[in-house]
Amino acid sequence: MIKFEKVTKIYSGNRTAAVNDIDLEVAEGEICVLIGSSGCGKTTLMRMVNRLIPITSGAIHIDGQNIMGMDVIELRRSIGYVIQQIGLFPHMTVSDNIATVPKLLKWDKRRIQARVDELLSLVQLEPAVFRHRYPRELSGGQAQRIGVARAMATDPPVMLMDEPFGAIDPINREVLQDEFLGIQEKIRKTIVFVTHDIHEAIKMGNKIALLDAGRMVQFGTPEALLTTPANQFVKDFVGADRALKRLDLLKVQDAMMKNPVHCHDSDQAEAIFRLMQEKGLNYLLVCDAQDQLLGYVNLRDIVDYSGSVGGRIKPMTLTVHPNSNLKEALSKMLSYDIGIVVAVDKDNKLVGILNTMTLAAVVGQTYDEQGGRWGKITAGGKIL
Amino acid sequence: MKAESTVRSRSRGRGMAGMALAFAAGGYFQHLGFFDFAIKNPGEIWKLFLQHIYLVIISSVISVAIGVPLGILLTRNFMRRYRNWILNILGICQTVPSLAVIAIAMTYLGIGKKTAIFALVIYGLLPIIRNSVAGLAGIDPVIIDAGRGMGMNPAQLLFRVELPNALYIILAGIRTSTVINVGTAAMSFLVGGGGLGDLIFSGISMVDPGYMLAGAVPTCMLAIFFNWFLGKVESWAISPGLCYSSGSAGP
Repeated sequence: MIKFEKVTKIYSGNRTAAVNDIDLEVAEGEICVLIGSSGCGKTTLMRMVNRLIPITSGAIHIDGQNIMGMDVIELRRSIGYVIQQIGLFPHMTVSDNIATVPKLLKWDKRRIQARVDELLSLVQLEPAVFRHRYPRELSGGQAQRIGVARAMATDPPVMLMDEPFGAIDPINREVLQDEFLGIQEKIRKTIVFVTHDIHEAIKMGNKIALLDAGRMVQFGTPEALLTTPANQFVKDFVGADRALKRLDLLKVQDAMMKNPVHCHDSDQAEAIFRLMQEKGLNYLLVCDAQDQLLGYVNLRDIVDYSGSVGGRIKPMTLTVHPNSNLKEALSKMLSYDIGIVVAVDKDNKLVGILNTMTLAAVVGQTYDEQGGRWGKITAGGKIL
Repeated sequence: MKAESTVRSRSRGRGMAGMALAFAAGGYFQHLGFFDFAIKNPGEIWKLFLQHIYLVIISSVISVAIGVPLGILLTRNFMRRYRNWILNILGICQTVPSLAVIAIAMTYLGIGKKTAIFALVIYGLLPIIRNSVAGLAGIDPVIIDAGRGMGMNPAQLLFRVELPNALYIILAGIRTSTVINVGTAAMSFLVGGGGLGDLIFSGISMVDPGYMLAGAVPTCMLAIFFNWFLGKVESWAISPGLCYSSGSAGP
């Protein structure tokens, strides 16, 4: 969708290139994160897409079309643009701000108003409340929601986002990131997203391009960046705790054992007792006829009990959703001091179990590092 | 809200006090017989009053028509390099006394209304240009970047983003210029331009306070009126999204 070909930028009066020979392809519907420390050229690279910064050499194609061959005004109107400082027009109401590009394109009034209300609802702001407010009457989080809504006004296929959540406090940033990912799930835009925050990059990106001094150091999925860093710079950049960062990325369903052994509440206790002895189990999960989790039974509780196991069920205190991330699951296991956690879906159906062994196996997978890296911690001096 | 109303009532109180003072002074001058001339010659004063307003309005309109576009021009990218030079030269020009400007204008244009208006336009330009430049150059570059990035062309950027945001400072410059103009216009009498200066200067040379006050009092009232009126225009024209307390600036 967006293709960078040997893109280079040399600012006049500078000898070194701010962006040096970058090849990059952003697939349709994907978020490509440009990351690097300040001055690495990530913002320059992004601003060349809508020609706010002219390209020195190389080419950028959008949908196969060279941007240099397009009318610059039309090009910019067809690309959503969100910046860190938000840049809402202070003299316009929220509604007029969102309507900026539709008005430039001379949409009729009714269509504009309908679109404004639709977008306000999309970013979870009540249209009747916010439509007529001015930017100075908004909180930082609300203003950035409007900034995102404004960029999406004409439903552009491509969006550029320059540290859109950078100026927002950590708690609201998480909320906005989640909200935006939810929106992106629906709208599937092709997005170039600039950040210097590795957590944000891992969370938001389908692909990550790590830049240093104008050059691309590594381009790949967040997984690839964490598991197979191309060199020491990447390792330093993603941080010593990159194994833990992967926990953010992986879902419970990636690590759990599917179809765990279980019995039904109508089963006879004697039969279950024999089964557990046979398999060497002390505990066994119990479901009802629809495979909904009821709890578990303890071997000792049914040793001389006759009747169905349903009478001896103990409730399950802790479960996780298969879609929640491993960090959350591990955190629960640690705080409840248990080695196993059961995954159930939204209908409380048993889907799998997760224990510390499988967890460690999945997280540790594909790491080839031998020993620690104590000697190198201060080498780069880079602190994230 | 409460604070605002307190401020408003305080300024209204000040206005009342001023009015009372003016009445007291008026009564005193009346007692001395200073207003005898004015009472006997209302037609003459009215005629000069209208001439004065005419001079002020014509010259201010021309100043705005030249000053604001010039200010806009000076803030365009290609002029950035010369901007400070030009502003400095204009600043030096402003230090020339208004009387001298009128005298210089007269040497080229002779006497008459045209000379007076020319001098007033020249003298009123600087505050307008300077404020236009300050207003436009002071806009947060982020919103200009946002506008450009969304695909506004330079004219749309100017009229939809830059001017509305700079309006407060530009209008304050126009107000300053106009109010100064009311005072300077009194001097146009010296080049045969008419106006209330006629009464003031004649009164001075004849040592006749009644004659002089008949010109000075309406001149003052006119200046106060223009200041108030342009303040109203500001609070009407400036977007409520720009958080300025309207009407507090000006000369």
